[in-house]
Amino acid sequence: MSQAEATAAGTTATAASDASPVRKRIWTLGLFRSELVTTFRRWRTIALLAVLAGVPILVGIAVKIETSGGSPAAGGGGGGPAFIAQITNNGLFLVFTSLAATLPFFLPMAVGVIAGDAIAGEANAGTLRYLLVAPAGRTRLLLTKYATTMTFCLVATLVVAVTALATGALLFPLGDLVTISGTRIGFGEGLVRALLIALVVAASLVGIAALGLFVSTLTNSGIAAMATTVGLLITVQILDQIPQLHAIQPYLFSHHWLSFADLMREPVYWDDLLKNLGLQGLYAAVFGSAAWARFTAKDITA
Amino acid sequence: MEAPVPVPPLPHSTRTDGYDGSEMAASTAEESVIETRALTKRYGGDQLAVDGLDLTVPAASVFGFLGPNGSGKTTTIRMLMGLIEPTSGAASVLGRPMPRATRTVLPHVGALIEGPALYGLLSGRDNLIRYDSADPAADPRTRRTRVATALDRVGLTAAAGKKAKAYSLGMKQRLGLAAALLQPRRLLVLDEPTNGLDPQGMREIRSLVRELASDGTTVFLSSHLLDEIEQVCTHAAVMARGRLITQGPVAELAAGARGRLVVTTPDPGDAARVLKERGIADLTVTDDQVTGEPPGPGTDLAELNAALVTAGVRVRGFGLERASLEDAFVALTGEGFDVAG
Ligand SMILES: Nc1ncnc2c1ncn2[C@@H]1O[C@H](COP(=O)(O)OP(=O)(O)OP(=O)(O)O)[C@@H](O)[C@H]1O
Ligand SMILES: [Mg+2]
Repeated sequence: MSQAEATAAGTTATAASDASPVRKRIWTLGLFRSELVTTFRRWRTIALLAVLAGVPILVGIAVKIETSGGSPAAGGGGGGPAFIAQITNNGLFLVFTSLAATLPFFLPMAVGVIAGDAIAGEANAGTLRYLLVAPAGRTRLLLTKYATTMTFCLVATLVVAVTALATGALLFPLGDLVTISGTRIGFGEGLVRALLIALVVAASLVGIAALGLFVSTLTNSGIAAMATTVGLLITVQILDQIPQLHAIQPYLFSHHWLSFADLMREPVYWDDLLKNLGLQGLYAAVFGSAAWARFTAKDITA
Repeated sequence: MEAPVPVPPLPHSTRTDGYDGSEMAASTAEESVIETRALTKRYGGDQLAVDGLDLTVPAASVFGFLGPNGSGKTTTIRMLMGLIEPTSGAASVLGRPMPRATRTVLPHVGALIEGPALYGLLSGRDNLIRYDSADPAADPRTRRTRVATALDRVGLTAAAGKKAKAYSLGMKQRLGLAAALLQPRRLLVLDEPTNGLDPQGMREIRSLVRELASDGTTVFLSSHLLDEIEQVCTHAAVMARGRLITQGPVAELAAGARGRLVVTTPDPGDAARVLKERGIADLTVTDDQVTGEPPGPGTDLAELNAALVTAGVRVRGFGLERASLEDAFVALTGEGFDVAG
């Protein structure tokens, strides 16, 4: 119980001071830890992560086969995800390529599934009512769910990045790399940039995570919430491609996603990166509040 | 038939984490543990699921909550647990308003609502650990002990490591009960707790309820099994179509429905004639039994028996059969089998 509530209820100071802030925080973390365990033990979570890990491996093998016969693909020509042409020279580029390949769909889809299932899945299973009478507290439960979804964003991105790095190291040489601006940086510096990019990619998923969580509070069916969130993702991606809609495009959560490549410039070009992070923060605030307003007032009939 | 549980003294529970709720004990010692005033719930503009309910559950009682399917029992329990907001009216639990005081009230309440709900992929033990960590008032250092004790209490220790999806219906029900018993509770709300249990399981639940009641825990028990209510409850309430029909001590409810005078004899025809002469109404005659309404207060049963014998009726058995709660229930809610729409 919060200090304020205890006082309002007319309790003596001893009862309220008994739960020291430190102990209270640890207890809150107890639910978060339990949530993490429950989420990451799900077969569905593991399958999503396995799919994500498969992407860099497939890209790596494809590039290897493609280039093993003749000469490396001539500089920068053709389509394909960003940085793909440089992979044969430096395995580290597989990290950037894989993140660029998974960010438009695979990563946000995985996040949408986890976020959509967060509340609706518990409602579906009936476990939500028991968490609430435990009492987990609606706000605390929602925050825990959001924190877990964010953790999943980070883990999913790192799974892609680490698998890509391992595959790249195995199939291709590693070494110094050339930035988009043409300058040369050392491998250590390159690794730091890769980590930074992974963090920015994870942060790019915050918006869809908040959106998914909000959808999740609207229904008692986990499947419906997951499908709706993934549906919204696809819709937004399509809208982002229609030239006539360029007025609204800067507000679509996916609009600045590929700006992470700017971290590979020398000096780093921050404009779009910051726009992206700001937009994600806006989505988190708007849909986080909406989710909170909805969930704290909702009748739990499942 | 077993006697109802005697009403034990003041409720008192001890928690090891200093979360003793003593601030509430003082105010509710003599009062009711659950109190509702004109509590009403309407689902989406439809018919009322609960209609103007005034319920009073005395402290330390074992309170049976009866009613046909769809009469609003679970809806009432959900409102009491703060899961749904009443359309109008008010409810208080342990002396605090619900759903406003969920955070202070619910740590003292164990609940089983509409059957257990479990995480199939977690073991029985991990399920309890999860529910225990959902309670911010539960000390994580004593979590494992609490879980082990609760598992032991419902006889699931041997199956604790098994995944919950591999549990049988009765095992799930037991695990749900264990979750409700993780802490010493001041109130236990059990919505059809013996659903799916084997006879031993039912007996165990009954003795568990008695044991908890004798420790001072108030138990609020919804059930369709009238036998069960009659055996363990001190008080009961009957719902029908969202309305409260009656509430009070079980003995009074059963007494409200009139018993029958039963005469067992090989001469039922003669017996019926004699009884009719003596003004016994509503006579039913079978092969070797005559039953009728009990005589009014002016007639002595012994004289009635003597009259039968004098008339040459061979009497094998003679007496009043007490009305069961079932008779009372049917008298109150009607014989119809169809669920009210
Ligand atoms: N989520 C809901 N939405 C709409 N109506 C509902 C909902 N839940 C219950 N009802 C209606 O409310 C009424 C009471 O239902 P409730 O579940 O409280 O009955 P109950 O007494 O628990 O029945 P049972 O003995 O079958 O468990 C029923 O008419 C039911 O149709
Ligand atoms: Mg019910």
